[in-house]
Amino acid sequence: MEEKEVKPVKKMCLILSKATLDNVYACFILANGARMEGIQSEIFFTFFGLEAITKKKLEHLHVATVGNPAMHMPTMLGGLPGMEAFATKMMKDEMEKLDIPPVGEFLEMLNAAGTKLWGCKLAMDMFHLKKEDLIDDLDGVLTVGDFYARAEGEGSHIVFI
Amino acid sequence: MKYKMEKMIANQNINLNEEGYLTDLNQWNKEVALELAKEANIEMTDKHWEVVDFLQQSHKNDTILSIRRVGKSGVVDIKQFYQLFPNGPLKTSSKIAGIPKPVCCI
Repeated sequence: MEEKEVKPVKKMCLILSKATLDNVYACFILANGARMEGIQSEIFFTFFGLEAITKKKLEHLHVATVGNPAMHMPTMLGGLPGMEAFATKMMKDEMEKLDIPPVGEFLEMLNAAGTKLWGCKLAMDMFHLKKEDLIDDLDGVLTVGDFYARAEGEGSHIVFI
Repeated sequence: MKYKMEKMIANQNINLNEEGYLTDLNQWNKEVALELAKEANIEMTDKHWEVVDFLQQSHKNDTILSIRRVGKSGVVDIKQFYQLFPNGPLKTSSKIAGIPKPVCCI
């Protein structure tokens, strides 16, 4: 029998560019899931993704009800006042049942698990964010080049969310 | 067909599944655990045994295990859990504890 060469995933480098709850959780679960398998993981927070690590904003993220075909509701309905808050509460309730923590606690879990958390320098400049505005567990602020450099080596993968 | 295998661990015939997890917790004892820990390059300390005990109790109570649950167990926090069982803490500790592989992503 022909032997297949096995090349396991060694490191997941995730780029989070959005701050809707579904995107943030997808990113966090991928990063945490990697650590659970003994795979290294890092997250680069850029553009709106920075909201997920902005102290004042991270517990107030929402699900998008407009422009999200999976909500299965007419776009106009999704834009009604209170609709986004309602959908967000429903999603948070369901997640709590599945033992998925709120954003702040999830970030603490990731930090404890050894996931590296990085802010994007350019996006921080653009949104006038300082390091003090971001979570204390942040590992640092990087340029794109710095982040690519961290993805070197066989078995590293970069995923854009 | 369910894949099964028998392996001599600590001079006992132990039933394992294809990923090396015990299929019968009744076959588990400390000698078997020590042998499984050795295969995972882990030297068992009192803290390791406390975690193993917590996992087995949770399994008996049909609690679905997750890293978050272990972190809230009062036995270890998440950081310590990763330090005790560095390569995939929940999987490794479950294997040593003789319980099935957890099917959880958190």
